[in-house]
Amino acid sequence: MVEILYGIAAALLAATAIISMYRVIVGPTILDRVIASDVLLTTLILVVATEMVINAHTRTIPLMVILAATAIFGTVAVARFVTKTEGSPWRKDVP
Amino acid sequence: MFDLEPWDTILDISSAVLLVVGAALSLAAAVGLIRFPDALARLHAATKPQILGLILIVIALALSVRSWAALLLLLPVIVFQMLTSPISAHMVGRSGYRTGAYDPDGLVADELAPDIEEASRSSVVSSDDDEA
Repeated sequence: MVEILYGIAAALLAATAIISMYRVIVGPTILDRVIASDVLLTTLILVVATEMVINAHTRTIPLMVILAATAIFGTVAVARFVTKTEGSPWRKDVP
Repeated sequence: MFDLEPWDTILDISSAVLLVVGAALSLAAAVGLIRFPDALARLHAATKPQILGLILIVIALALSVRSWAALLLLLPVIVFQMLTSPISAHMVGRSGYRTGAYDPDGLVADELAPDIEEASRSSVVSSDDDEA
């Protein structure tokens, strides 16, 4: 019973990681890639926590804390320096 | 093998159920990421469900390990993520608006455009004053 639920949770997280990886590769603008990589990083935190629940240990909790505290840096750094010349599928005329 | 103590079984099963619900919310974020048309809509889908999923999975982990020290270490995870996620969403949304990474036909109201126009006009006027 519990093992089946663990398997379902792991499969859902794997699907999340694959889909967000697809958006990182395909996503037309760099903002799509940044958003998708943010989702991927949060999914990594969830995977670390799920692995701790499944294997019943607490050794990787500091990894979760560090990931949650530093996940903002990459997103903010990229979003800060997105230029207006970035190609957008909606507005080709942005200077 | 289940422990004969009933509370252990109850906590294990509720922890597993919370894991599944949190993973499903995370998958909802990914589905929104792949289905929504532009960057700002994808931002809306990506930021909201995953925080709730993270909270649920952290609660599942706390129910699973059942120790106060682990709970004390897990609280900063939620606090950091709830503090930093709106900031990064704000930065991405700001540059998404300014680079036009959205569908203008999908907007009902655009209250930011007149403000940006007025701000750029007033800065032009002030630079003219500086030159004069």
